[in-house]
Amino acid sequence: MKDKQNFEDDLKKLQKIVEELSSGSLSLADALKKYEEGIKLSQACSQTLSEAQRKVELLMKKDGKFSLEKFDEPKEEK
Amino acid sequence: MQKENKHIYTVSEITQAIKGLLEEKIGEVWLEGEVSNFKAATSGHFYFSLKDPAALISGAMFAYANKGLKFKIEDGLKVICFGKLAVFGPRGQYQIIVEKIEPKGVGAQQLALEQLKKKLQAEGLFDAAHKRKLPRMPFCVGIVTSGSGAAVRDILQILKKGAGFVDVVIRSARVQGEGAFLEIAQGIEDLNAFGKVDLIIVSRGGGSSEDLWSFNEEVVARAIYNSKLPVISAVGHQINTTLADLVADLCVETPSAAAKFIVDRKNALLAELADYRHELSFLARDIIGDMQNNLTALAHMLKSPRDRLLEKEQQLDELFSNLNYNIKHALQLSFERSSSVISRLSVLNPLAILGRGYSLSTLIQGAAIIKDSRQLKKGDLVKTVLGKGAFISSVQEVIKDER
Repeated sequence: MKDKQNFEDDLKKLQKIVEELSSGSLSLADALKKYEEGIKLSQACSQTLSEAQRKVELLMKKDGKFSLEKFDEPKEEK
Repeated sequence: MQKENKHIYTVSEITQAIKGLLEEKIGEVWLEGEVSNFKAATSGHFYFSLKDPAALISGAMFAYANKGLKFKIEDGLKVICFGKLAVFGPRGQYQIIVEKIEPKGVGAQQLALEQLKKKLQAEGLFDAAHKRKLPRMPFCVGIVTSGSGAAVRDILQILKKGAGFVDVVIRSARVQGEGAFLEIAQGIEDLNAFGKVDLIIVSRGGGSSEDLWSFNEEVVARAIYNSKLPVISAVGHQINTTLADLVADLCVETPSAAAKFIVDRKNALLAELADYRHELSFLARDIIGDMQNNLTALAHMLKSPRDRLLEKEQQLDELFSNLNYNIKHALQLSFERSSSVISRLSVLNPLAILGRGYSLSTLIQGAAIIKDSRQLKKGDLVKTVLGKGAFISSVQEVIKDER
């Protein structure tokens, strides 16, 4: 669902970049490229976590087949 | 033998009499004792003995009576039963036919729970090794709970505020009452079959322990155990551990706590991401700093020609001033040396002696100074230098040993 796979992949890539950079074995050009990529990845991941567009659905089953229905959220209690 | 006076009983008669006494005079009783020799026959009937330190009585509990029994009767269990005494003529035995049985001390339900817990534990349902790893960040959460309950409302509210990107799939199930446990177990299976969720929250708001009982059912425990998706158990409003809690991969006290757990994961991840950004910036700064240092070092090594020229000039100046000094010094030294020689020379000047009457003769031929008469022969021309002036003479005679 959603960009879960992307998120996990991005997170892994990001961790790898941080490792590579700390190893200090990159050329300046490569290091800067990695740095830029890492910052972009971390921002993308943070962005994903900050989104507020969720779906709330009700799982229905009829004759062994699943379907999703919109779930009417109960009113918030004050 | 006094046959006439006495009634002679047949075995059946006496048994009948005993039966009458026991079954009618005593009849139904409440009886307390400890179970031993328990056997469940294939017919479904239970046979056992009840004993106390001094006595023992056989008991039977027929299938119709034990059918709804919540707990398991075991040897050693202290029970209170209700039943009626009966005599089993063919064997000459009396026994109690148990209609109701309850464990002494704890409630039947509680005991049943303890027994079930033991059984499931022995099977490994609570083993830490079986616990599934919860996803680092669930993006879609399945909830098995009542669609109209407080639990779902609490969870949705907290997730909306704290982790608004998390999708929710609700599999509605009754969470209390007859057969509710089957719906809960089915809900867990359904979400597994549906498959598009990252984890399942099994939840119900607070209530009495009876209200929460469905979560103590074996079927629910097994459904959680068999779930491929990780399961969070969030039942009740305080610490009343259910079997669901024990089997689940994570157990939290309340529905809200389950949602907070997810929000916490999100916040931890956000913090981690921010850390990565800082680390990246530091690393980049480090790398650039290192490069800068290298450059400065190289620049130092790479001097401009002008600098080199100046340096050479300076060197030259130094050498020159050294040279000057050395020359001066050398001159000074030789001057000093020569003047001392000169003064010594002036003392030794032979010409100075001539003034005192000495003279110096040399052979004209060969210019050798004459120190020995043997240098001379008759007729040699000799130049003699005096204190003032000189003269040339010829040798008249050579005298060898004059002194």
